[in-house]
Amino acid sequence: MRSDQALLVREAGPATASDPAPGKDRIRATRRRRASKIAMYALLIIMSIPFVYPMLWMVFSAFKPANEIFAIPPTLFPSEWTLDGVARIFTVQPFAQQYLNSLYIAALVTLGSVIVGSLAGYAFARIRFPFASVLFLFLMAGLFIPTEVTIIPIFRWVASLGLMNTHVPLIILPILGPASIVAVFIFRQFFLSLPVELEEAGRLDGLGRLGIFLRIALPLAGPAIGAVSIMKFLASFNMYFEPLIFLRSENLFTVGLGLTRYQDHYGEPIHNTQIGATALTVIPVVIVFLLAQRQFVEGLSRTGLKG
Amino acid sequence: MSSTSATARRGEPSLGGSSRRLRRIDAVVGLAFVAPVIVGVLALGLVPFGYVIWYALHDWNPLVATFDWVGGDNFRALLSDSTVWASLGVTFTFAILLMVLNVTLAMVLAVLLVQKLPGTTTFRTFFFSPVIVSTVAWVLIWNFLVASNGGINGFLATIGISGPNWLRDPSWALVTVVVIQVFKGVGMNMILFIAALQNVPGDLKEAARIDGAGPRRVFTSITLPLMTPTILLVTMITLISAMDVFAPIQILTEGGPGRSTTVISYLLYRTAFVQQDFGYASAIGVVLFFVVLAMAALQWGTRKKWVHDEV
Repeated sequence: MRSDQALLVREAGPATASDPAPGKDRIRATRRRRASKIAMYALLIIMSIPFVYPMLWMVFSAFKPANEIFAIPPTLFPSEWTLDGVARIFTVQPFAQQYLNSLYIAALVTLGSVIVGSLAGYAFARIRFPFASVLFLFLMAGLFIPTEVTIIPIFRWVASLGLMNTHVPLIILPILGPASIVAVFIFRQFFLSLPVELEEAGRLDGLGRLGIFLRIALPLAGPAIGAVSIMKFLASFNMYFEPLIFLRSENLFTVGLGLTRYQDHYGEPIHNTQIGATALTVIPVVIVFLLAQRQFVEGLSRTGLKG
Repeated sequence: MSSTSATARRGEPSLGGSSRRLRRIDAVVGLAFVAPVIVGVLALGLVPFGYVIWYALHDWNPLVATFDWVGGDNFRALLSDSTVWASLGVTFTFAILLMVLNVTLAMVLAVLLVQKLPGTTTFRTFFFSPVIVSTVAWVLIWNFLVASNGGINGFLATIGISGPNWLRDPSWALVTVVVIQVFKGVGMNMILFIAALQNVPGDLKEAARIDGAGPRRVFTSITLPLMTPTILLVTMITLISAMDVFAPIQILTEGGPGRSTTVISYLLYRTAFVQQDFGYASAIGVVLFFVVLAMAALQWGTRKKWVHDEV
């Protein structure tokens, strides 16, 4: 951020110094810049439609009568506001329970992933230990094992351990399985960008490796922790394949799996109720995101002490 | 960081006599730090993968409890199974199309939104917000919008175009799923690119500018090369996660119409958990793994040509 301001100052600097007739050129340049700025904003507004419109449509459609979801011509706002759909959200599925399931699973996955990822990421970035490069290559290879490939043996193990229809595999797999590797890479990348001098100072102050990691490296790793937390929380909250395989009873479903089961007794989808439940899934997450997003974006961009 | 501590440190002798002991401690601590992830990936990645290969050599139906050695029969059957070949094609098309669209759009958005102009934060929020929406939710909403009588075709009708039935038309279904997925995920890559853009040292750009480089030249000669490690990481992650796409396919198309969207992971799921043919599904899993590995190896192998710095 600081360097950006510096650039703006420098941009203006040489132009005034070297330009014999600064007035006209600068006006023309300003005008050109303004035109390109307007074009940029127009482009951004058009491009953001497919990102924003679905959410607005979702919120308003939750209050439409079921037969208006596919009205011709399509509507954004309900022609007639109704709570028919919303009222059934909690009765067609145990929605609150499913929501709670997703939240606590995601929280545990996030905590575990930050611990596992930061330890390994720090070691690969900073510590010289035997087989480091071999083990790192092993992780690189492990990254390429898709969940679907290993699901059959894991399904068998989960079944034989009596963990079918429990949340245990949904918590353990993302923390320790191949899905954990990306977090290691993010932490490693971050710790590589941290000035070694900070840690050497800690070492001179008599800190051991663990002390340096816990007292110096980790407290500075806020941006990486934020990035990994958000990534892992969302990945867990988004999980669909694993719950589909491991869970059987509606009370244990994660919210994503539950959303696909909004049907009446005849197996017909209940559109407005489903949309309402989807909106209830999305809105709180969006609110949390809006509160934490600045930290996330700034955290990532504040990486390192330069600037 | 204060400059006084920096100069003081420079005068200090290197860690000297205690270095051998420190190195031994480092060896233990380092291995302990990486142990959880290494053991985890071994137990939940590599070992299960070994089992998959073993299973693939068997005829295994859990319903009737058969588990008979058949050698390479499953793989031989794969080679002549047109469904498998078709789904390989679908998977490649899906993953490559998604990666190209996603990374290109993410880069465009990052370059536009890295500027400190009024409103850029809001736009970042717009583009990023689908990332935090659960896949199922995003896909369910788009399922309504791309229906034959949904919002997209309604909008097209107002400008005189009669849109196809996006998800039921074999020539549109796959592209439609890709585009929905790009909208879902592009914000994450955008943020990673913005971070990388901001990490490009200002003085390097400044030096190039003093040497007379225009903004475009600064971007292609300084910014872009310094971003290549991030681009490599982003393209690899995007491609690999696209190779085993599942939820959007299962929810939107169930592999149809025909087999036009039957990606290989969906074929595996159907074979294992619907048809209960675990042996054949394992063989498909082995193929999926090697396909993913081949794509990653291709990218990794060519990185020296285009990545500025080692990742």
